[in-house]
Amino acid sequence: MEATIVKDKEKSIWNILETVCDPEIPVLSIIDLGIVRAVQVNEISDTVELTITPTYTGCPAMDMIGAQIRLALAEAGYHQVNIQQVLSPAWTTDWMSESGKQKLQAYGIAPPVATNFNQVYLEDLEIACPNCGATNTKLVSEFGSTACKALFQCKDCLEPFDYFKCH
Amino acid sequence: MLQQSIKSFIQQDQQIQYLLHLADNALILSHRNSQWCGHGPILEQDIALTNIALDQLGQARNLYQYAALLITEKTGISTTEDQLAYLRDVGEFKNCLLAELPNGDWGQTVLRNFLMGSYQFFLYQELQQLASGQLKAIADKSIKEITYHVRWSADWVVRLGDGTTESHARMVQALELLWSYTGEMLEPCDYEQGLIGTQSSYIKAAWEAKIAAVLAEGNLVHPTNDWMQSGGKKGLHTEHLGYLLAEMQFLQRAYPGLEW
Repeated sequence: MEATIVKDKEKSIWNILETVCDPEIPVLSIIDLGIVRAVQVNEISDTVELTITPTYTGCPAMDMIGAQIRLALAEAGYHQVNIQQVLSPAWTTDWMSESGKQKLQAYGIAPPVATNFNQVYLEDLEIACPNCGATNTKLVSEFGSTACKALFQCKDCLEPFDYFKCH
Repeated sequence: MLQQSIKSFIQQDQQIQYLLHLADNALILSHRNSQWCGHGPILEQDIALTNIALDQLGQARNLYQYAALLITEKTGISTTEDQLAYLRDVGEFKNCLLAELPNGDWGQTVLRNFLMGSYQFFLYQELQQLASGQLKAIADKSIKEITYHVRWSADWVVRLGDGTTESHARMVQALELLWSYTGEMLEPCDYEQGLIGTQSSYIKAAWEAKIAAVLAEGNLVHPTNDWMQSGGKKGLHTEHLGYLLAEMQFLQRAYPGLEW
Protein backbone atom coordinates (compact mmCIF):
# COMPACT_ATOMS: atom_id res chain seq x y z
CA MET A 1 0.00 0.00 0.00
CA GLU A 2 2.72 2.46 1.04
CA ALA A 3 4.78 1.68 -2.01
CA THR A 4 1.82 2.61 -4.23
CA ILE A 5 1.40 5.95 -2.45
CA VAL A 6 5.06 6.77 -2.95
CA LYS A 7 4.83 5.81 -6.63
CA ASP A 8 1.75 8.01 -7.10
CA LYS A 9 3.49 10.92 -5.42
CA GLU A 10 6.54 10.51 -7.56
CA LYS A 11 4.36 10.39 -10.66
CA SER A 12 2.60 13.60 -9.66
CA ILE A 13 5.98 15.27 -9.04
CA TRP A 14 7.15 14.34 -12.55
CA ASN A 15 3.93 15.95 -13.83
CA ILE A 16 4.57 19.12 -11.81
CA LEU A 17 8.12 19.31 -13.17
CA GLU A 18 6.63 19.31 -16.69
CA THR A 19 5.41 22.82 -15.87
CA VAL A 20 8.85 24.14 -14.92
CA CYS A 21 10.41 25.79 -17.96
CA ASP A 22 13.93 26.62 -19.01
CA PRO A 23 14.14 30.38 -18.35
CA GLU A 24 16.11 30.96 -21.55
CA ILE A 25 14.02 28.74 -23.84
CA PRO A 26 10.59 29.00 -22.21
CA VAL A 27 8.89 26.57 -24.64
CA LEU A 28 10.94 23.72 -23.19
CA SER A 29 10.21 22.16 -19.84
CA ILE A 30 13.06 20.78 -17.77
CA ILE A 31 11.64 17.33 -18.55
CA ASP A 32 11.85 18.03 -22.31
CA LEU A 33 15.48 19.03 -21.81
CA GLY A 34 16.25 15.85 -19.92
CA ILE A 35 17.93 17.54 -16.99
CA VAL A 36 15.83 15.84 -14.31
CA ARG A 37 17.54 12.51 -13.71
CA ALA A 38 15.68 11.10 -10.69
CA VAL A 39 12.76 11.78 -8.39
CA GLN A 40 12.41 10.02 -5.07
CA VAL A 41 9.94 10.50 -2.27
CA ASN A 42 11.03 9.59 1.23
CA GLU A 43 7.79 8.84 3.10
CA ILE A 44 9.37 8.73 6.55
CA SER A 45 11.02 12.14 6.44
CA ASP A 46 8.38 13.49 4.00
CA THR A 47 11.16 14.72 1.74
CA VAL A 48 11.43 14.93 -2.03
CA GLU A 49 14.87 14.03 -3.35
CA LEU A 50 15.57 15.38 -6.83
CA THR A 51 18.61 14.78 -8.98
CA ILE A 52 19.28 17.23 -11.77
CA THR A 53 22.21 17.69 -14.13
CA PRO A 54 23.36 20.94 -15.78
CA THR A 55 23.29 21.28 -19.57
CA TYR A 56 26.55 23.27 -19.56
CA THR A 57 28.90 23.80 -16.60
CA GLY A 58 28.51 27.57 -16.72
CA CYS A 59 24.78 27.59 -17.45
CA PRO A 60 23.45 30.59 -15.49
CA ALA A 61 19.91 29.17 -15.65
CA MET A 62 20.62 26.33 -13.21
CA ASP A 63 20.15 28.39 -10.03
CA MET A 64 16.92 29.84 -11.36
CA ILE A 65 15.67 26.40 -12.39
CA GLY A 66 16.35 25.16 -8.86
CA ALA A 67 14.33 28.03 -7.41
CA GLN A 68 11.46 27.42 -9.83
CA ILE A 69 11.37 23.72 -8.96
CA ARG A 70 11.07 24.57 -5.26
CA LEU A 71 8.31 27.07 -5.98
CA ALA A 72 6.29 24.69 -8.16
CA LEU A 73 6.60 21.85 -5.64
CA ALA A 74 5.75 24.13 -2.70
CA GLU A 75 2.54 25.17 -4.45
CA ALA A 76 1.61 21.49 -4.65
CA GLY A 77 2.34 21.02 -0.95
CA TYR A 78 5.86 19.61 -1.13
CA HIS A 79 7.91 21.82 1.16
CA GLN A 80 10.87 19.59 1.98
CA VAL A 81 12.85 19.38 -1.25
CA ASN A 82 16.49 18.38 -1.63
CA ILE A 83 17.97 19.11 -5.03
CA GLN A 84 21.21 17.38 -5.81
CA GLN A 85 23.24 18.39 -8.86
CA VAL A 86 25.24 15.63 -10.54
CA LEU A 87 27.71 15.96 -13.42
CA SER A 88 28.04 12.33 -14.40
CA PRO A 89 26.78 10.89 -16.65
CA ALA A 90 27.19 14.18 -18.49
CA TRP A 91 24.04 15.68 -20.00
CA THR A 92 23.56 15.04 -23.68
CA THR A 93 21.07 16.34 -26.24
CA ASP A 94 20.21 12.65 -26.80
CA TRP A 95 18.12 13.01 -23.62
CA MET A 96 15.93 15.71 -25.15
CA SER A 97 12.39 14.42 -25.71
CA GLU A 98 10.87 14.15 -29.19
CA SER A 99 8.11 16.56 -28.21
CA GLY A 100 10.82 18.91 -26.93
CA LYS A 101 12.47 18.87 -30.36
CA GLN A 102 9.14 19.63 -32.04
CA LYS A 103 8.48 22.51 -29.63
CA LEU A 104 11.94 23.96 -30.37
CA GLN A 105 11.28 23.79 -34.10
CA ALA A 106 7.93 25.56 -33.71
CA TYR A 107 9.62 28.20 -31.54
CA GLY A 108 12.10 29.01 -34.35
CA ILE A 109 15.13 27.11 -33.04
CA ALA A 110 16.39 24.22 -35.17
CA PRO A 111 16.58 21.12 -32.92
CA PRO A 112 19.75 18.98 -32.68
CA VAL A 113 19.90 16.71 -35.73
CA ALA A 114 22.55 14.16 -34.87
CA THR A 115 22.71 11.79 -31.95
CA ASN A 116 26.44 11.35 -32.08
CA PHE A 117 28.27 13.99 -30.09
CA ASN A 118 31.36 13.57 -32.22
CA GLN A 119 29.53 15.32 -35.04
CA VAL A 120 30.75 18.71 -33.91
CA TYR A 121 31.69 19.71 -37.44
CA LEU A 122 28.66 21.95 -37.68
CA GLU A 123 29.34 23.06 -41.23
CA ASP A 124 28.97 19.45 -42.39
CA LEU A 125 25.48 19.05 -40.93
CA GLU A 126 22.32 19.56 -42.93
CA ILE A 127 20.20 21.87 -40.81
CA ALA A 128 16.70 22.74 -41.98
CA CYS A 129 15.56 26.35 -41.58
CA PRO A 130 12.87 26.45 -38.87
CA ASN A 131 11.18 29.32 -40.73
CA CYS A 132 10.81 28.02 -44.29
CA GLY A 133 12.05 24.43 -44.05
CA ALA A 134 14.79 24.80 -46.67
CA THR A 135 17.98 22.85 -46.08
CA ASN A 136 19.98 25.42 -48.04
CA THR A 137 21.45 26.91 -44.85
CA LYS A 138 24.90 27.99 -43.70
CA LEU A 139 26.77 28.16 -40.43
CA VAL A 140 27.39 31.75 -39.28
CA SER A 141 28.98 31.07 -35.89
CA GLU A 142 29.56 27.96 -33.77
CA PHE A 143 28.40 29.90 -30.72
CA GLY A 144 25.04 31.66 -30.43
CA SER A 145 22.98 33.61 -27.95
CA THR A 146 23.43 30.93 -25.27
CA ALA A 147 26.06 28.25 -24.73
CA CYS A 148 23.80 25.52 -26.15
CA LYS A 149 23.17 27.15 -29.52
CA ALA A 150 24.98 27.95 -32.78
CA LEU A 151 24.02 30.63 -35.26
CA PHE A 152 22.88 29.70 -38.79
CA GLN A 153 21.37 31.57 -41.70
CA CYS A 154 18.92 30.33 -44.31
CA LYS A 155 20.14 31.03 -47.82
CA ASP A 156 16.61 30.75 -49.23
CA CYS A 157 14.54 33.00 -46.96
CA LEU A 158 17.67 34.78 -45.64
CA GLU A 159 16.46 34.57 -42.01
CA PRO A 160 19.14 34.01 -39.37
CA PHE A 161 18.24 31.34 -36.81
CA ASP A 162 19.58 29.48 -33.80
CA TYR A 163 20.49 25.80 -33.95
CA PHE A 164 20.51 23.77 -30.74
CA LYS A 165 23.92 22.07 -30.83
CA CYS A 166 24.47 18.35 -30.27
CA HIS A 167 26.16 17.82 -26.98
CA MET B 1 42.70 36.80 3.04
CA LEU B 2 42.17 33.10 3.32
CA GLN B 3 42.23 31.87 6.90
CA GLN B 4 45.80 30.90 7.92
CA SER B 5 44.74 27.39 8.97
CA ILE B 6 43.19 26.70 5.54
CA LYS B 7 46.26 28.17 3.85
CA SER B 8 48.57 25.87 5.81
CA PHE B 9 46.34 22.90 5.07
CA ILE B 10 46.46 23.58 1.31
CA GLN B 11 50.27 23.79 1.47
CA GLN B 12 50.38 20.24 2.78
CA ASP B 13 47.67 18.57 0.69
CA GLN B 14 48.67 17.68 -2.87
CA GLN B 15 45.20 16.63 -3.93
CA ILE B 16 43.82 20.08 -3.07
CA GLN B 17 46.79 21.76 -4.75
CA TYR B 18 46.09 19.77 -7.89
CA LEU B 19 42.40 20.72 -7.91
CA LEU B 20 43.26 24.38 -7.34
CA HIS B 21 45.79 24.24 -10.18
CA LEU B 22 43.10 22.94 -12.57
CA ALA B 23 40.55 25.44 -11.26
CA ASP B 24 42.97 28.40 -11.46
CA ASN B 25 43.85 27.53 -15.07
CA ALA B 26 40.15 27.58 -15.97
CA LEU B 27 39.32 30.72 -13.97
CA ILE B 28 42.23 32.89 -15.12
CA LEU B 29 41.78 31.90 -18.76
CA SER B 30 38.05 32.56 -18.40
CA HIS B 31 38.70 35.98 -16.90
CA ARG B 32 41.09 36.95 -19.70
CA ASN B 33 38.57 35.82 -22.33
CA SER B 34 35.75 37.67 -20.58
CA GLN B 35 37.77 40.89 -20.96
CA TRP B 36 36.92 40.72 -24.67
CA CYS B 37 33.20 41.09 -23.89
CA GLY B 38 31.99 44.06 -25.93
CA HIS B 39 35.33 44.40 -27.75
CA GLY B 40 35.29 41.45 -30.19
CA PRO B 41 36.04 42.11 -33.87
CA ILE B 42 32.45 41.28 -34.86
CA LEU B 43 29.38 40.55 -32.77
CA GLU B 44 29.25 36.79 -33.51
CA GLN B 45 32.86 36.27 -32.44
CA ASP B 46 32.46 38.47 -29.39
CA ILE B 47 29.58 36.18 -28.40
CA ALA B 48 31.62 33.07 -29.20
CA LEU B 49 34.47 34.07 -26.92
CA THR B 50 32.20 35.12 -24.06
CA ASN B 51 30.40 31.78 -24.41
CA ILE B 52 33.75 30.02 -24.11
CA ALA B 53 34.64 32.17 -21.09
CA LEU B 54 31.35 31.17 -19.48
CA ASP B 55 32.06 27.45 -20.01
CA GLN B 56 35.53 27.91 -18.49
CA LEU B 57 34.04 29.74 -15.52
CA GLY B 58 31.60 26.85 -15.03
CA GLN B 59 34.47 24.36 -15.11
CA ALA B 60 36.40 26.46 -12.60
CA ARG B 61 33.36 26.59 -10.31
CA ASN B 62 32.95 22.82 -10.35
CA LEU B 63 36.60 22.38 -9.41
CA TYR B 64 36.56 25.05 -6.67
CA GLN B 65 33.34 23.60 -5.25
CA TYR B 66 34.92 20.17 -5.10
CA ALA B 67 38.12 21.52 -3.53
CA ALA B 68 36.07 23.53 -1.00
CA LEU B 69 34.06 20.44 -0.08
CA LEU B 70 37.22 18.39 0.51
CA ILE B 71 38.84 21.17 2.56
CA THR B 72 35.69 21.45 4.67
CA GLU B 73 35.57 17.68 5.20
CA LYS B 74 39.25 17.34 6.00
CA THR B 75 39.74 20.40 8.23
CA GLY B 76 36.25 20.85 9.67
CA ILE B 77 36.46 24.54 8.68
CA SER B 78 33.63 25.55 6.39
CA THR B 79 35.16 26.71 3.09
CA THR B 80 33.45 27.98 -0.07
CA GLU B 81 34.28 28.26 -3.76
CA ASP B 82 34.19 32.05 -3.47
CA GLN B 83 36.84 32.09 -0.76
CA LEU B 84 39.14 30.01 -2.95
CA ALA B 85 38.63 32.22 -5.99
CA TYR B 86 38.53 35.65 -4.35
CA LEU B 87 40.58 35.50 -1.16
CA ARG B 88 43.83 33.93 -2.32
CA ASP B 89 46.73 36.17 -3.28
CA VAL B 90 49.06 35.97 -6.29
CA GLY B 91 51.54 33.55 -4.71
CA GLU B 92 48.76 31.09 -3.88
CA PHE B 93 47.47 30.85 -7.46
CA LYS B 94 48.71 27.79 -9.33
CA ASN B 95 47.68 28.50 -12.92
CA CYS B 96 50.15 28.18 -15.77
CA LEU B 97 51.74 31.47 -16.84
CA LEU B 98 50.18 31.14 -20.30
CA ALA B 99 46.71 31.74 -18.84
CA GLU B 100 47.55 35.06 -17.18
CA LEU B 101 49.38 36.84 -20.02
CA PRO B 102 47.53 39.87 -21.40
CA ASN B 103 45.16 39.19 -24.29
CA GLY B 104 47.11 41.14 -26.89
CA ASP B 105 45.32 41.30 -30.22
CA TRP B 106 42.68 38.88 -31.48
CA GLY B 107 45.31 36.61 -33.04
CA GLN B 108 47.22 36.29 -29.78
CA THR B 109 43.96 35.60 -27.93
CA VAL B 110 42.81 32.81 -30.24
CA LEU B 111 46.31 31.30 -30.34
CA ARG B 112 46.50 31.22 -26.52
CA ASN B 113 43.09 29.56 -26.42
CA PHE B 114 44.19 27.00 -28.99
CA LEU B 115 47.48 26.17 -27.22
CA MET B 116 45.87 25.91 -23.81
CA GLY B 117 42.54 24.41 -24.92
CA SER B 118 44.34 21.59 -26.75
CA TYR B 119 46.31 20.85 -23.60
CA GLN B 120 43.13 20.83 -21.50
CA PHE B 121 41.48 18.52 -24.02
CA PHE B 122 44.16 15.81 -23.76
CA LEU B 123 44.53 16.33 -20.02
CA TYR B 124 40.80 15.85 -19.38
CA GLN B 125 40.82 12.87 -21.71
CA GLU B 126 43.45 11.33 -19.43
CA LEU B 127 41.55 12.31 -16.30
CA GLN B 128 38.48 10.50 -17.66
CA GLN B 129 40.61 7.34 -17.53
CA LEU B 130 42.74 7.98 -14.44
CA ALA B 131 40.56 9.95 -12.05
CA SER B 132 37.54 8.71 -10.15
CA GLY B 133 34.53 10.18 -8.42
CA GLN B 134 33.84 13.88 -8.78
CA LEU B 135 37.06 14.72 -10.64
CA LYS B 136 36.21 12.14 -13.31
CA ALA B 137 32.68 13.56 -13.49
CA ILE B 138 34.07 17.07 -14.00
CA ALA B 139 36.38 15.75 -16.74
CA ASP B 140 33.46 13.93 -18.44
CA LYS B 141 31.45 17.12 -18.42
CA SER B 142 34.21 19.58 -19.34
CA ILE B 143 35.66 17.70 -22.28
CA LYS B 144 32.45 18.08 -24.28
CA GLU B 145 32.68 21.85 -23.97
CA ILE B 146 36.42 21.95 -24.60
CA THR B 147 35.91 19.96 -27.82
CA TYR B 148 33.89 22.88 -29.20
CA HIS B 149 36.41 25.44 -27.89
CA VAL B 150 39.37 23.80 -29.59
CA ARG B 151 37.52 23.43 -32.88
CA TRP B 152 36.77 27.14 -32.80
CA SER B 153 40.25 28.34 -31.81
CA ALA B 154 42.00 25.96 -34.25
CA ASP B 155 39.82 27.30 -37.08
CA TRP B 156 40.89 30.83 -36.20
CA VAL B 157 44.59 29.94 -36.05
CA VAL B 158 44.33 28.49 -39.56
CA ARG B 159 42.23 31.37 -40.86
CA LEU B 160 44.60 34.07 -39.62
CA GLY B 161 47.83 32.14 -40.21
CA ASP B 162 46.80 31.37 -43.77
CA GLY B 163 45.03 34.71 -44.28
CA THR B 164 46.37 38.07 -45.36
CA THR B 165 49.99 39.26 -45.10
CA GLU B 166 48.98 41.30 -42.05
CA SER B 167 47.12 38.49 -40.26
CA HIS B 168 49.93 36.03 -41.01
CA ALA B 169 52.56 38.44 -39.64
CA ARG B 170 50.55 38.92 -36.47
CA MET B 171 50.16 35.18 -35.93
CA VAL B 172 53.91 34.71 -36.37
CA GLN B 173 54.45 37.41 -33.76
CA ALA B 174 51.92 35.85 -31.37
CA LEU B 175 53.48 32.42 -31.76
CA GLU B 176 56.93 33.84 -30.99
CA LEU B 177 55.58 35.52 -27.89
CA LEU B 178 53.54 32.62 -26.49
CA TRP B 179 55.66 29.63 -27.41
CA SER B 180 58.05 29.76 -24.45
CA TYR B 181 55.03 29.64 -22.12
CA THR B 182 53.74 26.32 -23.48
CA GLY B 183 56.33 24.01 -21.90
CA GLU B 184 55.10 24.59 -18.38
CA MET B 185 51.76 22.89 -19.14
CA LEU B 186 53.46 19.69 -20.27
CA GLU B 187 55.93 19.27 -17.38
CA PRO B 188 54.10 17.79 -14.38
CA CYS B 189 55.10 19.28 -11.02
CA ASP B 190 55.04 17.44 -7.69
CA TYR B 191 51.30 17.67 -7.00
CA GLU B 192 50.50 16.42 -10.51
CA GLN B 193 52.82 13.43 -10.29
CA GLY B 194 50.48 11.35 -8.18
CA LEU B 195 47.62 11.28 -10.65
CA ILE B 196 49.02 11.89 -14.11
CA GLY B 197 52.74 11.40 -13.57
CA THR B 198 53.15 8.33 -15.72
CA GLN B 199 50.67 9.48 -18.35
CA SER B 200 52.18 12.90 -18.98
CA SER B 201 54.17 11.59 -21.94
CA TYR B 202 50.91 10.74 -23.70
CA ILE B 203 49.50 14.24 -23.11
CA LYS B 204 52.73 15.81 -24.37
CA ALA B 205 52.89 13.68 -27.51
CA ALA B 206 49.20 14.17 -28.34
CA TRP B 207 49.45 17.92 -27.76
CA GLU B 208 52.57 18.25 -29.91
CA ALA B 209 50.95 16.32 -32.76
CA LYS B 210 47.80 18.43 -32.63
CA ILE B 211 49.72 21.73 -32.53
CA ALA B 212 52.04 20.68 -35.37
CA ALA B 213 49.09 19.71 -37.59
CA VAL B 214 47.17 22.96 -37.06
CA LEU B 215 50.24 25.20 -37.42
CA ALA B 216 51.10 23.46 -40.70
CA GLU B 217 47.54 23.93 -41.95
CA GLY B 218 47.76 27.59 -40.99
CA ASN B 219 50.99 28.02 -42.94
CA LEU B 220 52.88 28.82 -39.72
CA VAL B 221 56.43 27.62 -39.14
CA HIS B 222 56.69 25.47 -36.02
CA PRO B 223 58.95 27.23 -33.46
CA THR B 224 62.26 25.52 -32.78
CA ASN B 225 63.28 27.21 -29.54
CA ASP B 226 62.85 24.87 -26.59
CA TRP B 227 63.77 27.11 -23.66
CA MET B 228 60.64 27.33 -21.56
CA GLN B 229 59.32 29.68 -18.90
CA SER B 230 57.91 28.13 -15.73
CA GLY B 231 56.86 28.98 -12.20
CA GLY B 232 53.11 29.53 -12.36
CA LYS B 233 52.22 26.09 -11.03
CA LYS B 234 54.32 26.86 -7.93
CA GLY B 235 52.94 30.36 -7.44
CA LEU B 236 55.75 32.30 -9.15
CA HIS B 237 53.84 34.50 -11.55
CA THR B 238 54.38 37.28 -14.07
CA GLU B 239 53.60 40.84 -13.02
CA HIS B 240 50.32 40.59 -14.94
CA LEU B 241 48.48 38.30 -12.52
CA GLY B 242 48.45 40.80 -9.66
CA TYR B 243 46.64 43.38 -11.78
CA LEU B 244 44.18 40.78 -13.00
CA LEU B 245 43.37 39.66 -9.43
CA ALA B 246 43.09 43.25 -8.21
CA GLU B 247 40.27 43.77 -10.68
CA MET B 248 38.65 40.33 -10.38
CA GLN B 249 38.76 40.15 -6.57
CA PHE B 250 37.90 43.77 -5.85
CA LEU B 251 34.30 43.27 -4.78
CA GLN B 252 34.96 40.47 -2.27
CA ARG B 253 37.98 42.29 -0.88
CA ALA B 254 36.15 45.60 -0.47
CA TYR B 255 32.86 44.07 0.73
CA PRO B 256 33.76 40.71 2.33
CA GLY B 257 31.01 38.10 2.02
CA LEU B 258 28.87 40.21 -0.28
CA GLU B 259 26.33 38.13 -2.20
CA TRP B 260 24.77 38.95 -5.55
